[in-house]
Amino acid sequence: MIEISNLTKIYGSGPQEVMALKEVSLSIRKGEIFGIIGLSGAGKSTLIRCINMLERPTQGTIMVDGQDVGSLNSLELRQLRQKIGMIFQHFNLLSSRTVFENVMFPLEIAAVPKNEAAQKVNALLELVGLTDKAQVYPEQLSGGQKQRVGIARALANDPKVLLSDEATSALDPQTTRSILGLLKDINRQLGLTIVLITHDMNVIKDACDRVAVIDDSTIVEVGDVLNIFSNPGTPTSRSFINSIVNREIPAEILQRQFIDHGLNSSRLIRVSFIGASAGEPIISSMVQKYAVAANILYGNIDQLKDIPFGNLTLELIGPVETINEALDFLRKCGLEIEVLNHAGN
Amino acid sequence: MLAISGINLAAFFATYLGDYDWVPAAVLFASWETLYMVFLSTAVSYLVGMPLAIILVTSEKGHILENLQLNQVLGSIVNAVRSLPFIILLILAIPFTRWVVGTSIGTVASIVPLSLAAIPFVARLVETSLKEIDWGLIEAALSMGASNWQIITKVLLPEAMPSVVLGVAITAINLVGYSAMAGVLGGGGLGTLAYYHGYMRYQTGIMWITVIVLIVIVQGIQMLGDKAAGRIINKRR
Repeated sequence: MIEISNLTKIYGSGPQEVMALKEVSLSIRKGEIFGIIGLSGAGKSTLIRCINMLERPTQGTIMVDGQDVGSLNSLELRQLRQKIGMIFQHFNLLSSRTVFENVMFPLEIAAVPKNEAAQKVNALLELVGLTDKAQVYPEQLSGGQKQRVGIARALANDPKVLLSDEATSALDPQTTRSILGLLKDINRQLGLTIVLITHDMNVIKDACDRVAVIDDSTIVEVGDVLNIFSNPGTPTSRSFINSIVNREIPAEILQRQFIDHGLNSSRLIRVSFIGASAGEPIISSMVQKYAVAANILYGNIDQLKDIPFGNLTLELIGPVETINEALDFLRKCGLEIEVLNHAGN
Repeated sequence: MLAISGINLAAFFATYLGDYDWVPAAVLFASWETLYMVFLSTAVSYLVGMPLAIILVTSEKGHILENLQLNQVLGSIVNAVRSLPFIILLILAIPFTRWVVGTSIGTVASIVPLSLAAIPFVARLVETSLKEIDWGLIEAALSMGASNWQIITKVLLPEAMPSVVLGVAITAINLVGYSAMAGVLGGGGLGTLAYYHGYMRYQTGIMWITVIVLIVIVQGIQMLGDKAAGRIINKRR
């Protein structure tokens, strides 16, 4: 549906030159929800704006539904844009228009006859559940309602693609979930291809089929969300996955006294696991193999479909050498180990 | 409102000014002339100043009609006219005024220099209003495939309307002051009355009356402006 090849975007020129995107290539399939995740400044916002030419690429081509977007003249581009809906972090609704008139706006642009347009608007407002707010001005709406208007407006001209520019970043977690739910419904019902950018791994986890991880202007990893979660190939992906697992350890645990000598030494460790290894009884085999006791102090596990990921905070008790052997064993099993208390703590 | 102030003024004159019974009619007529000049020159200055403001905003770097040369040339002209003291502009414009209306004296003739002075002011004022609009709204319209004309008429102007309306009041009030200045050079209105009677003939009472009427006019314009803008804003809440 969308083919991006060798896309490079450079802002400014000479000494002020900033490279926002560097030779980005992506292939987005028809009917999927494709997520692009990256930190702010990574280039994701520029990338999504290149798809509908709100930003002109410096180099590279973008094909949307077989059309080379960069080669269109301004009339052709405007016609194509009518078929690419877009929603925004700050909604961008017109304060001079009611909800009804806001959704009507793209239909006015496309010169759809008034009667037909009004029917369309009513159907869209029903789809997003805002029929009762038709005559209200955006200022009276909550963030979630505003985004629903944004979605209705983006769907007005029956687009083939919906671009979502951090559409849930200004919303609370509960509203985020309901907006993502709406996007998933629309994706299923209308077979709409959705491209969304976000910095929130929860959004990727909850809504996307495939994901591209963007870091420092380049795509570092692309794949099925499931695969990335079970086997993140880059430190960036790993840190995004870790970011949605609660890693804060309660203060009272850290304040406990740990002995660092003799047969009853103890170590406080954090074990992070993603994917398959979590299903195996690694901790219990460690306890059986080595003469250490494991005391589970704190843990956090989430699941994506059937793949668990999360972390455990353990206190290992036993002779120092044995503890170290046990830690080596855990590392060999593919777990990420972090020792939280060091000698003398 | 005019009629009401006329009645009150008549009573005032009867009590304090004795045989100055020509004054109420003169003040009324001069007030009418002032309002007429202010209204028409405000209208003309918006007719020309608004499009100027739209060009100034949209020709900026990165905007929908980016044209830096045009932007700079227009900006410089606007600045140049704005830096002329009005009294100088009034004199410099005499040939042009003659060419447009056939004379440089009188109420109609005053509208020309008044408009000339207000056009660049309006251009900057409206420019400021248009710049307050979040770029996100323009981006959203672009993403829907809006044309530049649609962005101007359906996004920029409606969104800026409350602020533009307040600007109209500011412009009109400025023009009340300028029209009094034009009055000194035979422009008609309250300025002429105050100058020829109040100043040249030492009829201080008339001077004060014109000052009071001017205050009332200015207050009235501001009130109307606030009300109109408030109405638009309240509707959108």
